[in-house]
Amino acid sequence: MMKNTPGPEITLEMIAEHGLTDGEYERVVNALGRAPNLTELGIFSVMWSEHCSYKSTRIWLKTLPTEAPWVIQGPGENAGIVDIGDGQAAVFKMESHNHPSFIEPREGAATGVGGIMRDVFTMGARPVANLNALRFGAPDHARTRHLVSGVVSGIGGYGNCVGVPTVGGETEFHAGYNGNILVNAMTVGIAPADRIFYSAAAGIGNPVIYVGSKTGRDGIHGATMASAEFDDESEEKRPTVQIGDPFTEKLLIEACLELMATDAIVAIQDMGAAGLTCSSVEMADKGGVGIELDLDAVPQRESAMTAYEIMLSESQERMLMVLRPGAEDMARAVFEKWELDFAVIGRLTDDGRLTVRQGDVEVATIPVRPLVDDAPIYDRPWQPTPAPAALADEGPAVAPMTALSTLMACPDLASRRWIWEQYDHMVMADTVERPGGDAAVVRVHGTAKALAMSTDCTPRYCRAAPEMGGAQAVVETWRNLVAVGARPLAITDCLNFGNPERPEIMGQLVGCIKGMAQACEALDYPVVSGNVSLYNETNGQAIPPTPAIGGLGLIADLDKRANIALKRDGDLVALVGEGIGHLGQTLYRRELFGAEDGPVPALDPAWERRVGEAVLRLIETGRLDTCHDISDGGLLVAATEMALAGGRGLALEAPEEGDIAGWAFGEDQARYLIAAPPAVMDGLLADLQAADIPACRIGQVSGDALTLEGHGHISLGELRAAHEATLPRLMGAA
Amino acid sequence: MKAAVIVFPGSNCDRDVRVALEAVDGVAVDMVWHGEGDFEAADLIVLPGGFSYGDYLRSGAMAAHSPVMKEVVARAGKGVPVLGICNGFQVLTEAGLLPGALLANAGLNFVCRDVHVRVENSQTLFASGLEQGAVLRIPVAHHDGQYFADDETLAELADNEQIAFRYAAGETPGPANPNGSVQDIAGIYNATKTVLGLMPHPERAADPRHGGSDGQAIFAGLAQALG
Amino acid sequence: MRAKVHIYPKPGVLDPQAKAVGNALAGLGFDGIGELRQGKLFELELEASDAASARARVEDMCERLLANTVIENYRVEIEE
Repeated sequence: MMKNTPGPEITLEMIAEHGLTDGEYERVVNALGRAPNLTELGIFSVMWSEHCSYKSTRIWLKTLPTEAPWVIQGPGENAGIVDIGDGQAAVFKMESHNHPSFIEPREGAATGVGGIMRDVFTMGARPVANLNALRFGAPDHARTRHLVSGVVSGIGGYGNCVGVPTVGGETEFHAGYNGNILVNAMTVGIAPADRIFYSAAAGIGNPVIYVGSKTGRDGIHGATMASAEFDDESEEKRPTVQIGDPFTEKLLIEACLELMATDAIVAIQDMGAAGLTCSSVEMADKGGVGIELDLDAVPQRESAMTAYEIMLSESQERMLMVLRPGAEDMARAVFEKWELDFAVIGRLTDDGRLTVRQGDVEVATIPVRPLVDDAPIYDRPWQPTPAPAALADEGPAVAPMTALSTLMACPDLASRRWIWEQYDHMVMADTVERPGGDAAVVRVHGTAKALAMSTDCTPRYCRAAPEMGGAQAVVETWRNLVAVGARPLAITDCLNFGNPERPEIMGQLVGCIKGMAQACEALDYPVVSGNVSLYNETNGQAIPPTPAIGGLGLIADLDKRANIALKRDGDLVALVGEGIGHLGQTLYRRELFGAEDGPVPALDPAWERRVGEAVLRLIETGRLDTCHDISDGGLLVAATEMALAGGRGLALEAPEEGDIAGWAFGEDQARYLIAAPPAVMDGLLADLQAADIPACRIGQVSGDALTLEGHGHISLGELRAAHEATLPRLMGAA
Repeated sequence: MKAAVIVFPGSNCDRDVRVALEAVDGVAVDMVWHGEGDFEAADLIVLPGGFSYGDYLRSGAMAAHSPVMKEVVARAGKGVPVLGICNGFQVLTEAGLLPGALLANAGLNFVCRDVHVRVENSQTLFASGLEQGAVLRIPVAHHDGQYFADDETLAELADNEQIAFRYAAGETPGPANPNGSVQDIAGIYNATKTVLGLMPHPERAADPRHGGSDGQAIFAGLAQALG
Repeated sequence: MRAKVHIYPKPGVLDPQAKAVGNALAGLGFDGIGELRQGKLFELELEASDAASARARVEDMCERLLANTVIENYRVEIEE
């Protein structure tokens, strides 16, 4: 074997282009015991990028609770896993694809969906649901329409073709995302609990197999791009964006699941960010082995690809596997049946090194352990976010029904129908609760139980008070799961922030994680997987801190669940929980007064748990089928959403004293609206009282208008028209 | 009744239609891989929804030339009933078993929602469980569902009572016709009424948990008619 | 031998994509655009003894797969 260090000498400029600091480059030289060649520099740079190494967040992520008796796999694998009984497990994760989606929204979003699905089926799970947490710039910003349209068609185009329903998520608009949109994709899958696949390679000499699509020059340096700030020239980075092929993904799912039903696979890992490099290094590191790759054997789409390009390519729909010896022919037959590439590209070794050959040249040889373990870890300086000032002048009074009309039509509360009708949300025929409610509900195929899922975050709270905002994001998913009658099990997270090298941004990150940890702890609702997206800044302007949370819960019996639709005329409506009419940082202030001001609402996760568990008992005992949590927009908005979903009017009693705006639009936490026939409601209220949970009757289902005693009424038709018109209008479709 | 569900690479409603068929008493289902030139005798052949071959080139175009389709065309010629749902409908038109073509939706976006369809001809095998003029609520989910045929073909379809379903007004939001199909056509028969293609997905309205079970009547009626 | 195959919708077949493109062009200030059609272009290399047999083969490809003659027309160019 010829020993060689090909390529040009490494210059300071090349080091900077690879996003490595001088200090980090020194660590590279120490790890290797010599200067790297270009391929090796590329490998180090992607492995040590923020995206792969979590160097700025690792010490804080460690503080999050990750354990519970039902957790099968916490963070650190491709996805998190929880036990859902009957020998089944739910596998789920959320991941960002923010930067690629801003540059090329359709392909960026599509490949984000493809990547997260691979993370889930890599573990042996069939994907059963997709969700997306999306954040765009101001509705009237020049690029917003183009970005929304591209992202939505990318998500739909990919998920629809693969045949996994896109059942939920969230879409919000704020000028803070004008230069950096957020596309966070979540996938939930189901696997037999005793047939889960991991990435740790084992068995010296075992073959390393490449399957899926061929490798091209796509997305080279995507992982480092995902960790770099934008400037006005970023739009020229287009060539590095990957193109997705959902058809191949569908075949890859079927082929992998078919092979997983045998005992051929020792370890498996998808090629996501940093492609072949990251997948091979992680498999070797987790298994404590070395790995040898022959690049000539890698299926290639383009000619004359260099080792650097092959190792760093982010071509989509590819997987790396270690097979048990002798299983190659059987595995090859499976992949050939599905018309996918299958190639033996290397083997496991006992030397603990990543050794890469091309032709008869050794193009890289790196000890695996330091490549992973010597990755820099930073305890970045942080500065706590100052407490927000008290709510200033509340402005002129607005009639509550006028404010209601405005809120129901505002971009953040308007109907998302224009979006979710472009997503196949019913394929697989197990969607029980379609988009538009508190949480999506997907039946576990062939059973009477279901998974509930919701993604949430309220960035305006996170910006004003990161700790409360982080906790609230966790709590809101929990509350949404409870509102459909699910036992919340665990969360995945996608932490989207600006540049962590700025102490005030790092302060937001630290605050949000602290809040998340408190809420997870209090709710017994651990983090099992997640992803961090930093440097979401353009020209020094950071996004609002956005720790998007994806929650998963279990409904044990589909006959005992709830949704937001009012179902029967004459039902009484009651408010569970209590509030002080808190208006600081509400949508009411923002939409009616253009003010994002004041303190955030008080949040007590322990109290949330008491209120939520009391509501959950009412649903689980089969007595409550109509429930909605109160969040963005407050009580009157929640009540209107229930009326619109059920197509039934509602007459609400106004409070006798106090501030009507605070009562109607305050965003006090830990509250739900419930509806039931009068005879049933008596029993429900008695149960709540016995549990010391405040609850009181506030209205009755009747007619075809939303009526607030003493403040007039608006017909459902008028409210619906306003609620439905906004997105089509913004998108130029109406 | 024994049904054969053809699975193309990229089919994704094959399992759903199988479940809906098997929910009917006495129905057995075989899944047939597209690469098979021959398959066991069946009383009904189903081409399911999905994105066969990624719907690259044109929806259904490449599946129409898949090895199994020669056999499907041959059996259809002998009178074996064939049901094509969504992508299956597209495959049937591309294979020449049904007239016309399915173009991109007039709104240019994928559309997934409930629609209402009116039964235009109940005197067929497929409509055994349906009443003439009945309006069913069934979901659609497609990007290329705009039925098109030239005037001459449309006249023939009408004269020969080959129009199976038309989109109809109902309580769901949005226009009754979700894709701009000519004459609101949602599904058509061949001349002998032994081949049916339709864009809506009856298998997604086959279980009360789906929020409606109007589609189940099609499967139940077929099973009864075919024994 | 190289062939180019142009596929485009038949006159009278609604072409909503072309309509949307036309509207977008008008929105960008491109006035006076008449009819606009959106089609597909295939470029392929094939072995053939002469242009006529190449054309015949490519036309067969169009009839059988590349075009749907219910809704599309095609035009074949052979480059020797």
